Amino acid sequence: MHQIIKAGSTIPFMRYRWWAWIISGLLVLGSIITLSVKGLNWGLDFTGGTVIEVGYSQAADLPQIRHTLENNGFGGAVVQSFGTQQDVLIRIEPRDDIKVQELGDQVLRALQNDSANHVELRRIEFVGPHVGDELAEQGGLAVLAALAGILIYIALRFEWRLSLGAVGALAHDVILTLGLFSLLQLEFDLTVLAAVLAVIGYSINDSVVISDRIRENFRKFHKGTPEEIINEALTSTLSRTIITSLTTILVLLALYFVGGQLIHGFATALLFGVVVGTYSSIFIGSSLAFVLGVSREDLMPPEVEKEGENIEPMP
Amino acid sequence: MLNKFPLWKNLMVIVIIAVASLYAIPNIYGEDYAVQISATRTVTVNDKTLTQVEQTLSELGVQAKGIAFENNQILVRVNTDAEQLQVRDALLKALGNDYIVALNLAPATPKWLAAIGAAPMKLGLDLRGGVHFLMEVDMDEATRKIQEQMRDTVRSELREERIRSSSIRRVDNDVVIELRTAEDYAAARRYLNNRYQGYRLLDDEVNNTLRLRMTEAKLKETQDYAISQNVTILRNRVNELGVAEPIVQRQGSSRIVVQLPGVQDTARAKEILGATATLEFRFVDTDNSLRDAEMGRVPFGSQLFPNRNGGNTLLREDVILTGDHIVNATAGFDENQRPQVSISLDGPGGDKMSLATRDNIGKPMATLFIEFKATGERDADDRIIFERHEEVINVATIQSRLGSNFRITGINSQQEAQNLALLLRAGALIAPIQIVEERTLGPSLGQENIDLGTKAIAWGFLLVVVFMGIYYRWFGWVANLALTANLVLIIGIMSMIPGATLTLPGMAGIVLTVGMAVDANVLIFERIREEIRAKRSPQQAIHYGYDSAFSTIMDANITTLLVALILFAVGTGPVKGFAVTLAIGIVTSMFTAIVGTRAVINAIWGGKKIDRLPV
Repeated sequence: MHQIIKAGSTIPFMRYRWWAWIISGLLVLGSIITLSVKGLNWGLDFTGGTVIEVGYSQAADLPQIRHTLENNGFGGAVVQSFGTQQDVLIRIEPRDDIKVQELGDQVLRALQNDSANHVELRRIEFVGPHVGDELAEQGGLAVLAALAGILIYIALRFEWRLSLGAVGALAHDVILTLGLFSLLQLEFDLTVLAAVLAVIGYSINDSVVISDRIRENFRKFHKGTPEEIINEALTSTLSRTIITSLTTILVLLALYFVGGQLIHGFATALLFGVVVGTYSSIFIGSSLAFVLGVSREDLMPPEVEKEGENIEPMP
Repeated sequence: MLNKFPLWKNLMVIVIIAVASLYAIPNIYGEDYAVQISATRTVTVNDKTLTQVEQTLSELGVQAKGIAFENNQILVRVNTDAEQLQVRDALLKALGNDYIVALNLAPATPKWLAAIGAAPMKLGLDLRGGVHFLMEVDMDEATRKIQEQMRDTVRSELREERIRSSSIRRVDNDVVIELRTAEDYAAARRYLNNRYQGYRLLDDEVNNTLRLRMTEAKLKETQDYAISQNVTILRNRVNELGVAEPIVQRQGSSRIVVQLPGVQDTARAKEILGATATLEFRFVDTDNSLRDAEMGRVPFGSQLFPNRNGGNTLLREDVILTGDHIVNATAGFDENQRPQVSISLDGPGGDKMSLATRDNIGKPMATLFIEFKATGERDADDRIIFERHEEVINVATIQSRLGSNFRITGINSQQEAQNLALLLRAGALIAPIQIVEERTLGPSLGQENIDLGTKAIAWGFLLVVVFMGIYYRWFGWVANLALTANLVLIIGIMSMIPGATLTLPGMAGIVLTVGMAVDANVLIFERIREEIRAKRSPQQAIHYGYDSAFSTIMDANITTLLVALILFAVGTGPVKGFAVTLAIGIVTSMFTAIVGTRAVINAIWGGKKIDRLPV
């Protein structure tokens, strides 16, 4: 039997909680600082504007493209290669011109006229500034709604301390993931937002499995302090936590390396989020519930027992 | 006995997976390049057309994979995309403008599969290439138009009742009627009170003035009507563009989504879709002086418009006919080889035209061309401001009483005649629209995205399978079997749901599901290992392992499903595509990981006397 941890030894996770809190506190603080200083590198979906991706038959000459664009009156355009040398991404900020929706076609025409190379249009995206605002609003709403929904579900299904612990860990994951995107100034677009929500979905998985075990242990063992019980629950779920993270990280690595440029941000956010989510559900979620004072009485089943429902005694 | 499934449970697992596999099969066959020929309003597709198509193909020397004539459409399947373009161009030339010849992809599903309704997954624009537009409708203009019609109605009805008014105007959302005398006021008040549904009559006796004001309900109805009318008209225009399987849908209170798979020429698509040109036919005001009007003294009941030659023309305010009565319009040349547009009207339109021109033979009638252009600015309520450009494009003397068919001459160029004909044919938008979001993807990038997505799924799958096989040994391979079944189920269900569309983030969702789906099995297997460590017998270990993991798996998956549903409800575009596959993946993975693996494990190890479990 391959095993990640040896059976029988309980790891005193709760003893390390101060360390975890100091580390997480610093990371969260750092994330908030970079978010407020640097902000996020909002993608086209949120800022509005035009993005044009063109493919050249040979390696593209970026300075030449910039020059062409400037000559045609698109001065502020950001020109960068995208994935390969032949692929060029041009981003133009929203402008007050009347014909903003024709920008893409005009830029393409200018490039085609000015290049001996064959220029192929790969993608044009235009988002009106007001649509961008709405998308941002909806996105923020989605994150909050997800957190609130989870908070309520776990509070109903388990107990409010475990629920607060789990949601605290989720918020921690979201803030850190946003912090990473801010620090590295990676583009934050709709797919990355989807990834952030997927991180929430993943991290809650871990928290639920651990909470479930904590509840089960409280009901099963009649001795032991909450600290011992929580440590036991974390230890017995640890190999599952690590293995699931591992398989998820494996597929995300596949996505990151072969999934292409368009999905890069998505994979990055999830990779980081899964690592952070695994850590936080072990160290942050349960220790929050512990500090909030989760106890055996809170998790005992309701007094009225239904017919045929028995709690298995330990052998 | 422990760990034996009843027959029905085994059968259920087999049947569910078999059905899903059956519906997943069409995805292997993929799609053929095809050219689709459909009729416009003036012609029908029939056997003659079919012969013509076959003839064109043989002249071209292209061997078609199949030619089918169904639902008033002819579908020609060919082997390569190059052939597809060749065939399209040849057919366009051979059939002329009366038919819509569009590029399409037709599922290459075998007949017996198609017979049970199986078809490949629908691919989103990011995988297929094409254009996505989000358009915003100018609601003010829609209301204004309705109010102007109301003004004209009130004016003619009061005239018929012989109630004398000094002015009838539209002011904001009201029609304001000023009466000459107190008697007229009383008569008008009696006449107009409760006459029009959706309007309230406000009176002002001191000034002999009445106001017809739209109720809130009527306002909303008007706006709903404007949106649905615009959707219909955009659909007509999209058909004129020759696009296969377009989507034109209302979104929210004032927006319309248009998706055109396979369209590359976005400039033309935008020109046609965004144009809000319409025509109005009006009489020229010959009783009053044009010069006076140009000096600023526009006579009451008339309006001054610029014309093509740089001057102005004075027209009567009453509209004889608006563009929405136009049934067909074709561009051509008149006797002197000048461009012209021939117009056919519907029944009511023909009656109106006939009635109006009967007593006015010999008088000049003007064609007013109205176009709305977005200024790019917004008003205080955050609505787009449109500018109304009006131009008299033609003044012609009515030679005889006009009926349902007549023509407009005096158009500048052949190109303009063609564009005008197309716009008239496709109908005039009730209210102007502006594109607020556009996403265009080239077809090569679409194919590239499919390849990348498939590769990512394959690699992710492989890595997980190898890991599980090594770490959990034989039980791991059972989990791998379940994972495979899970993939088949996701693809099968995606193919079965009519509205489900696979997008690139959707593929990412499948990849993520592959990684997370084994979680349930990991939970179960870890529990089984615990039970074994607790010195239970192998059979009991399996039984209690599954049992105790069950509620955990349910809780964990329900919360994730909750997130997926929120994503679906709140998200747009890419987020939605991701949410769909994620949600389907969660449900199917619960089935395969809990019921599916149990069926296999029970069949192999269950109920037997064994010492050790290969977990």
